[in-house]
Amino acid sequence: MSFYAWLQLAIYLVVLLALVKPLGSYMARVFDGRACGLDRVLGPLERLIYRVAGVRATKEMNWKTYAGTMLAFNVLGLLAVYAIQRTQAWLPLNPQGFANVSADSSFNTAVSFATNTNWQGYGGETTMSYLTQMLGLTVQNFVSAAAGLAVLAAMIRGFRRRPEAVADREQAAAQGEGLIGNFWVDLTRSTLYILLPLSLVLAVFLVSQGVVQSFAPYQTVALMQEAHGKDAEGKDVTATAQTIPLGPAASQIAIKQLGTNGGGFFNVNSAHPFENPTPLADFFERLAILVISGALCYTFGVMVGDTRQGWAILAAMLLIFIPLLVLCTWAEEAGNPKLTAMGVDQHPSATQPGGNMEGKEARFGIAPSTLWASATTAASNGSVNSMHDSFTPLGGLVPMWLIQLGEVIFGGVGSGLYGMLAFAIITVFVAGLMVGRTPEYLGKKIEAYEMKMASLVILFPPLVVLVGTAVGVVSGAGKDAIANPGAHGFSEVLYAFSSAGNNNGSAFAGLGANTPFYNAALGIAMLVARYWLAIPILAIAGSLAAKKVTPTSAGTLPTHRPLFVVLLASIVIVVGALTFIPALALGPIVEQLQMIAG
Amino acid sequence: MLAHLRATFVIFALLTLVTGVAYPLVVTAIGQTVFPRQAAGSLIERDGKLAGSRLIGQPFDGLHYFWGRPSATSPVPYNAASSSGSNLGPTNPALFDAVKQRIRALQSADPTNDAKIPVDLVTSSGSGLDPHISRAAAEFQIKRVAAARKLDVATVRRLVAQHTQGRTLGLLGEPRVNVLALNLALDDLTKSPPVK
Repeated sequence: MSFYAWLQLAIYLVVLLALVKPLGSYMARVFDGRACGLDRVLGPLERLIYRVAGVRATKEMNWKTYAGTMLAFNVLGLLAVYAIQRTQAWLPLNPQGFANVSADSSFNTAVSFATNTNWQGYGGETTMSYLTQMLGLTVQNFVSAAAGLAVLAAMIRGFRRRPEAVADREQAAAQGEGLIGNFWVDLTRSTLYILLPLSLVLAVFLVSQGVVQSFAPYQTVALMQEAHGKDAEGKDVTATAQTIPLGPAASQIAIKQLGTNGGGFFNVNSAHPFENPTPLADFFERLAILVISGALCYTFGVMVGDTRQGWAILAAMLLIFIPLLVLCTWAEEAGNPKLTAMGVDQHPSATQPGGNMEGKEARFGIAPSTLWASATTAASNGSVNSMHDSFTPLGGLVPMWLIQLGEVIFGGVGSGLYGMLAFAIITVFVAGLMVGRTPEYLGKKIEAYEMKMASLVILFPPLVVLVGTAVGVVSGAGKDAIANPGAHGFSEVLYAFSSAGNNNGSAFAGLGANTPFYNAALGIAMLVARYWLAIPILAIAGSLAAKKVTPTSAGTLPTHRPLFVVLLASIVIVVGALTFIPALALGPIVEQLQMIAG
Repeated sequence: MLAHLRATFVIFALLTLVTGVAYPLVVTAIGQTVFPRQAAGSLIERDGKLAGSRLIGQPFDGLHYFWGRPSATSPVPYNAASSSGSNLGPTNPALFDAVKQRIRALQSADPTNDAKIPVDLVTSSGSGLDPHISRAAAEFQIKRVAAARKLDVATVRRLVAQHTQGRTLGLLGEPRVNVLALNLALDDLTKSPPVK
């Protein structure tokens, strides 16, 4: 790997880690309802929201109420996004006169944005009006991320609740179950105090770099030279002008990165120069992908009263993330041997990026593209600044496998950490089996009920991915959409179901997935992946909240030591490897062998 | 139950107002006031007409212009109304055919050039609208453009250097040449030769 590749990897990780503690402790204040500074400005708005909504902010919920209100809120959001798309032709702020979006595509997109997946079956600049982007998609970018944060906050409260304490006992007695917070409060505070201010700062910075933010219609400019091409029927087409798309893009891009959403304003997402115009914009957009999820580990530590617990989780994430990131960067910088044989210069140097530049942008080159690809799939972000479909087989295996690990290496905001905590529960259980002792995590006994729920969390996504892929590659409607021949075509379908089945949203985009089959199948996969995980997590939270704390003894496995870190990372890897290596062997691994063989 | 239903509707409506209306409008107001040119698409004006955007590439195949990255948009390359990458996989024969064809086009435009071809000049960009090429890709074309315009190579090389940006802070991204800006400057140069 080249010097500048190592350098850019290092800078990224250093800046990311430097932000973990300050942002993490800030978010702990927000979840705990303590003063955080911004409440002096936005406090009146927060209280106004509760008053109009009739919400008593101090009243906590049991897990069933919490899950119910979250689901109701998500269903309403889903319906709203669907309705706006289906009627956008008749609504204002549609300067390009786009038609109403088809029913199946609207369903897919509504599910996609409400579940924080943000899979894009559509091309933004050719499909969505400014109003749809703002009022439909931008809103879900915020609230789906805030809902993820809320569920995480609830789960952490489950761990730290002390039912033996007097105040808690009185509240619990009133409802008869463990209490885990108020969904409306968590949702509102996460939106107002975490996502909104960060997005505002990032959006304005992005405008300064050249990201468009305008309600003007698309502009037409003269081309210096005529452009020639062929249309779908093979007829010659000549263009003398170029249409420059515009829109309120910066405001959406900021939150799409911060909220691990990833649905782009334009078709090619953050590869588009209007979404990601400079290496500096790229750096901060990329940082925004992981910064909240990384910092949440620290938030977790603060909230359970032992920051070492948070660092241990973060260390396990990095232990998996860094080697995969290096592998991806190495594979892409090595380039495509077939092109070298044709006399193309792929050697990285002071004057060219070199490597596999198909589907990548010249201003970024290799390392920012592979850093992005790894970060966006480790987190369930799914935005792209290069085309993963054109990565070398090993380079493309990394993002695919990071998704398949279950979006727990950083993962989505909130959802990543609660998924990782489910793995932590499995880890202490496995460790408990080895010594024949009832396991405990953070003082709470892990028993059959928690294990059942954690198993659901870990088993559902692979089930959806593998069954979906199997259906995709045997059905006619599934196969017709495949763009590349051979093993790579299989990888396209596997990637699509991995992405939807883990709420990532990125794609091997050659797959023509805007068809009724894929819109429906992937839509269902996204719904299962989001709620069949969030609900069992809340159930765990409720169960833990009602449990007394067991005092630490000589037999307790310390969960802040390197031993636990390695054990946790191993469990994640082993589950991910056992589940997916057969499928990966049929796709990227066989293709890598074909590529080397020439 | 009813109380929860009320909260659902009211909070959804209010958060929609905050994040879907107020927030984009505030960003627009700040963006258009402080960075009006960038917010509007970094457009370039020439003789009172719009000549393009600094950030969106244009297709070039004339001998007297620098060529940009190959573009996979349809129906024509650099169709900014419909951004797209090729999405061709690394072992797809269609990728190799496309690369071979681009190599042939570059060689027939400049038969005496036996330098190795920089990879970014024969691979299509992610967006299909990439405004930049590498310094190596510009260097590869300098002699051809100078000959077609009857300029000396040093003049063209100087112009390329003027339109080259280094790595941001010396660290981030890649050194690069803005193709549209460079070609506009070339046309200006030929129209009115600089006074020495």
